[in-house]
Formats: sequence, structure tokens, C-alpha cells
Amino acid sequence: MAEVKISIRNLYKAFGKKQVLNGVNLDVRTGESLVVIGGSGTGKSVLIKCIQGLLTPDMGSIKIDGKEIVGARESLRSDIHSKMGMLFQGGALFDSLSVWENVAFSLLENRKTNREKAKTEAVRVLRQVGLAPDVADLSPSELSGGMQKRVGLARAVITRPEIIFFDEPTTGLDPIMADVINDLIIESAKGLGATTLTITHDMASVRKIADRVAMLYKGKIIWQGTVKEMDKTDDPYVRQFINGCSQGPIKVEI
Amino acid sequence: MQKKRIENFLRTLGKPLVKFIISLGNLASFIVKSLYHCFAPPYYPKIFIRQLLDMGFYSLPVVGLTTIFAGMVIALQSYSGFARFGAESAVASVVLISVTRELAPVLSALMVAGRVGAAMAAEIGTMRVTEQIDALVTLSTNPFKYLVAPRLWSGMIVLPLLVLIGDVIGIFGGYVVGVYKLGFNPANYINSTLQNMEAIDIVSGLVKAGVFGFIIALMGCYNGYRSKGGAQGVGEATTNAVVSASILILIFNYVLTEVFFSK
Repeated sequence: MAEVKISIRNLYKAFGKKQVLNGVNLDVRTGESLVVIGGSGTGKSVLIKCIQGLLTPDMGSIKIDGKEIVGARESLRSDIHSKMGMLFQGGALFDSLSVWENVAFSLLENRKTNREKAKTEAVRVLRQVGLAPDVADLSPSELSGGMQKRVGLARAVITRPEIIFFDEPTTGLDPIMADVINDLIIESAKGLGATTLTITHDMASVRKIADRVAMLYKGKIIWQGTVKEMDKTDDPYVRQFINGCSQGPIKVEI
Repeated sequence: MQKKRIENFLRTLGKPLVKFIISLGNLASFIVKSLYHCFAPPYYPKIFIRQLLDMGFYSLPVVGLTTIFAGMVIALQSYSGFARFGAESAVASVVLISVTRELAPVLSALMVAGRVGAAMAAEIGTMRVTEQIDALVTLSTNPFKYLVAPRLWSGMIVLPLLVLIGDVIGIFGGYVVGVYKLGFNPANYINSTLQNMEAIDIVSGLVKAGVFGFIIALMGCYNGYRSKGGAQGVGEATTNAVVSASILILIFNYVLTEVFFSK
């Protein structure tokens, strides 16, 4: 069995009275693609933000490469951030910068690469995600949703991170564009040998990119296994979710 | 029954109080963090320069218009007011003192708060709700260093410069009205302005401007940074940034005047 890259133990997080994470235990192994599924509002985004240190959990432990990051000092956290890349749901591109400056942000600001070199590198990565070089000088607001996702992906992978997070990578895209993005995710993750953690509720995406699947429900991981196991499982929660039934043990909170 | 009523009363009283204290604490920790990151490297000179341009250069027309009319109206008012006790000759020095000490710093700051503070809150607020601030963190960039510190510095530096220009324009406004409308002799007017000029008038105004610039940038960043809930949240943040900055400017104007001139 492969080494554990991210290890989460007994993670709790509440917002006011709402307990969002209620004791999450989850391991992500080195080099695998783990997909966390779950309905809207089950705490998937909160989980990913806790791992990245964007939110501080109330209790519990998160270890990356064996190093505890909950309550870690900022220098360690910024070390760990330099090993991570993230594709945000809405792209989260900086609209004050051009496309290539977005992609090359880390090179320009952290590694102090000179602008010419950084731009060449950005254009190379943009081409990898299927964007023509003339896109590089546009502003993010001039791009379509699918193109913004691609730029976001390029920005996430340009530093060759060891861990990449995908926050609902296919949400809001048409099925064909979603499949294109799925292909790009697989390609770039395999190309870098990166460990990836994806959260989504798009089952087509899950089947395509997941090595392993974990289901989050009411702030806990209630099931995990491979895609094959997922299709065969008797777990009523998983069955209801993957078949998309309104009837079953999961009650939609309105 | 009676007990319950008292309980309810205390509850309605307590909730806003607790909220107020929490927000004071949030603001205090925001200020401490911002100040720390104002001095600790890395620095982002390019962003600082762009802020200087945005806040300073593009505010010039607004500040110029505000101060020229302020100087003009003070000349007119003090002339007609002082005529009651035959002190019309004091117009030049009244214009000088009121423009440099009060009108240029306060009016410029209020205008800049409306122009720049609002824009800052809207920009940073939009970055917050579209996860751009989270993206900064994941790209190993501290948002306090990248977004807040350059704005605070540029606020503190740019506003005194604007006010210095405003001083000149305001006094010129007073001169125009004094000479062309009220019939003062140009040489006499200029002479009496220069003779009555004291360093403290100018310096106190510039110090005030520095503090106001800090307040404007701080309120813009703070409200933007903490905004949530999409377009409505950003709108709220913008309003709060302008209102809170304006009120704080007026309060600190009094406090600083007290510090400088009460003996």
C-alpha cells in the first residue's frame, strides 16, 4: 500500500450552531486521485479549506507528509502551500492581472522569475491546457467559463505541485466541456505524478477521474472505496446519491 | 412573568453589545496584523505605485475643485461677517488658517473617502466573495502584504501630498475672490497671507491628512476583507467603508486639533 500523503483525524468545524464537520477521518495516499462526493452543504468545501489552512478547524488533526498543519506556524504553512495547487470553483482568477500574469503569479511573486521567462513558461502551460498563446494577453473577464477553468488549472499546475485540489471542477460547464476538463485533470495530475483531492457531485466526473471515492454526509465520511466498489455497494446512502433519487435515507434539508 | 420580561430586556440589550464588542476585537486584530505586515517583507512596490496613482493622481480634480470653492466661500463669508466689526482686513489670514488647518485636510479626506475608500472596499470585497483572496493564500502570498499594506502606505503618503496641493489651490481661491470680487489690493493680499503663515498651520494639516489617509485605506480594506454573501455583501461593505471612514475622520479631526492647538 502506498504512503499516506494527507491524513485527517477527528476533524471538527462548526459555524455558530451549525456543526459542519463532525469528526472526519480520511487518508489520501501518495499519487492517488481521491474524490469526495456529497450533497450541497455537506461540508466538502469546508473540508478542503481546512486542509489548505484557509479555515482553522475547531478540533482534530491534519497531517501532510507527516507534518501537523493545524495550528502550525505561518512559515511551515507557506512551505506547504508551495507544494499545493488549487483549482477554484469559479476560477478565482485575479481580474486586475492579465491571463498570463495569473498563470505565472507564483513565478513572478514568489520565485522572482524575470517577466520574459515567466511569460514563456505561462504560454507553455497554457498550451498544455489547450489554450492558444494569444489568450495570454487577454484579461480573465474576456474568457468563457470553460476557458477560465483552464486558466485556473494552468495556474494550479505551473509550479509542479505535489498535491492538487479541485473544487467542483466541472460545475457550471456543459457536458462536453466538463469531459474536456476531466481529461485535462487526469493528464496534468498523471504528468506531474501529483496526489489529487477533488470534491464534486458530478458522477460522470467521479467515474472518470477517481481512483478512490469517499462520501461525506452530515460532516462524516460514511463510506469509501474504489469506483467499482461504489457501483456494487449496498450502502443505501451511496446508492441514493449515485443514482440521484429523491427517495431514500438522505433527506434534503430545505 | 416579571423575571422573563427582565430576561428578554437584557437579551435585547446584550446581543448588539456583544456583537459590537466582537467587531471591535476583529477590527483591533485586523489593525495589528496590517501594521505588522506594513513593515515585514516581502514588499510589493508595483502595487504600491499603482495605488499611489489611483489614490493620488486621479483624486487631484476632486480635491482641486473642493478646495478652490472652500477657499472662495471662506473669503466671501469672512468678509461679510467681519464687516460687522470692521475687521475686513483679516480675510487673507482667515482664509489661510481655515484652509490649511481644517478645510483642505477634512474636505479632501471626505472626498477621497467617497472616491477611493469605496473603490477599495468594492475591489477587495469582490476578491473575497469570488475566492480570489483564498487563491492568493494558496499561491503562498499573504493577502495582508499583497493587498492591505500597499494601500495603507499609499493612503498615508498620498493624502498629505493632496492636501499640500489643496492648500495652495484653496488659498488661491480665497485670493481670487478677495482681489476680483472684494477689491483687495493683490500685493497686500499676498503679503498678509505670507506674513501670517506659520509652520504649525501647514504641518498640523499635513499630519491630519496622513492620519485620515490611513483611516480611509484601513476602513476600505477592513470592510472589503470581511465582506461576505455576494453582491449584496460587497455593496454593504462599500457603504460601511465610506460611512465609517467619514465618521472616524470627523472624530479624529477633533482629537488631533485638540492635540495640536489646545494649550
